[in-house]
Amino acid sequence: MSHFLIALIAIVKREALRFIHQRERFVAALVRPLVWLLVFAVGFRAALGLSITPPYQTYITYEIYIVPGLCGMIMLFNGMQSSLSLVYDREMGSMRLLLTAPLPRWWLLTCKLLGATMISILQVYTFLFIAWLFDITFDPLGYIYVFPALLIAGLMLGALGLALSSFIKQLENFAGVMNFVIFPMFFLSSALYPLWKMQESSVLLYQICSVNPFTHAVELVRFALYGQFNLTALIWTLLATALFMALALWGYDPARSLIRRKG
Amino acid sequence: MKRNALKSQLNNGLSVQSLSFSFGRKLALDDVSFFVAPGTFCALLGPNGAGKSTLFSLLTRLFTTPTGQILIGGDDLAKTPRAALAKMGVVFQQTTLDLDLTIRQNLRYFAALHGISGRDCTVRIDAVLDRLQLSDRADEKARTLNGGHKRRTEIARALLHAPGILLLDEPTVGLDAATRRAITDHVHELADQDGITVLWATHLTDEITSPDQVVILHRGRVLVDGQADEIAQGSPLETRFLQLTGQPA
Repeated sequence: MSHFLIALIAIVKREALRFIHQRERFVAALVRPLVWLLVFAVGFRAALGLSITPPYQTYITYEIYIVPGLCGMIMLFNGMQSSLSLVYDREMGSMRLLLTAPLPRWWLLTCKLLGATMISILQVYTFLFIAWLFDITFDPLGYIYVFPALLIAGLMLGALGLALSSFIKQLENFAGVMNFVIFPMFFLSSALYPLWKMQESSVLLYQICSVNPFTHAVELVRFALYGQFNLTALIWTLLATALFMALALWGYDPARSLIRRKG
Repeated sequence: MKRNALKSQLNNGLSVQSLSFSFGRKLALDDVSFFVAPGTFCALLGPNGAGKSTLFSLLTRLFTTPTGQILIGGDDLAKTPRAALAKMGVVFQQTTLDLDLTIRQNLRYFAALHGISGRDCTVRIDAVLDRLQLSDRADEKARTLNGGHKRRTEIARALLHAPGILLLDEPTVGLDAATRRAITDHVHELADQDGITVLWATHLTDEITSPDQVVILHRGRVLVDGQADEIAQGSPLETRFLQLTGQPA
């Protein structure tokens, strides 16, 4: 087995072990979207009328509409959680061990990203299973098609977390990320309401939502859950992944390394 | 013949040439040069703020500088970083163990980062644990270990891929006197018996023995580079160190 592959397996396994040791993180990650699904969505069911737009071929309930957005929410929060743990790793020193391994830095960061994405996907499937128990179901094949969509969306949001972690100086600054990244990204997207509804209220907000990469990640997942493919969403998500990854690599470049700030 | 001997020295030793580094406008290292021959225990001695940790960050490529050259076992860290890093074992000042993993899991993770897996990995882990007398604690979580055992685990980990060069950044910080002595003696043995080149950053002169090489770093510059007893000139090394660095005795 090649050195690259051995390291990949070890880093993913370490992320998994770390996740197992933090069961409360798993529960917390599920409670948030379940509250939205089982409380918020039920409350808003009557208030929000939904027209038939792709990928839907018939009228759907709001609970059905909101599920892909909540899958995105899990991945968004998980991406930021990974970012938090990277900042923690940096403060605690274990990031040094990783970055001094005799492997290219881009590969080490990609391994970290894949590890965190796999954990996100596991959480999303658990959420979809719980939704299924409440009779919120999708195309049976959609559960398979959604896997690559989740992988791409997870990589994009993980890369965003990685990029942010390279610019966050201290753990204490993480609360700012919540306010300035997670919430705007989530609420200015198609996660909770279709964009045409947003356009009716504000063209400017609609335009912001349209260029938000999180919107496209959610749409990629939404279409995949119905066994359909959304090329525009895929391109946007891939472009955003490449951009965030490039930013992360720049941030972790030893010539201008974040660790330098620690002295 | 002389040329071949020099080449062999460079291939196993550690060479730092004309290294400078600044944090913004503040010069942290100024034209630092020294060479550690194979199998030598070299103490990098300096008061707090001398630039030891900055030098370690450069030696481990946590950050880089366009000024100067670092050769690890003959490999240029800037040009062939992977080859250079593979020849080096590092013990950082701050513990870098994953506290939720057992000693064995920590070692296995590190081995994988160096491309070691399977049976070879198990054999190496058993050997280093035995050597550092940690075999009976292999399946305990790092969180449950005391400071001395954590340090020994980190030294065992740094030796797992059989490096020719071992860097230790103030590895005895926070340890009691007996543990400090045991760890210092063990690392001296690694240099004497196994021929490992050791660079040991410290500000404590009692960790240095007479035949050791000593590089005194002060305000980012190399003040003295020589054998400990030559530098001491018959006085206690600590007195000489304080004189050289202009600190009150």
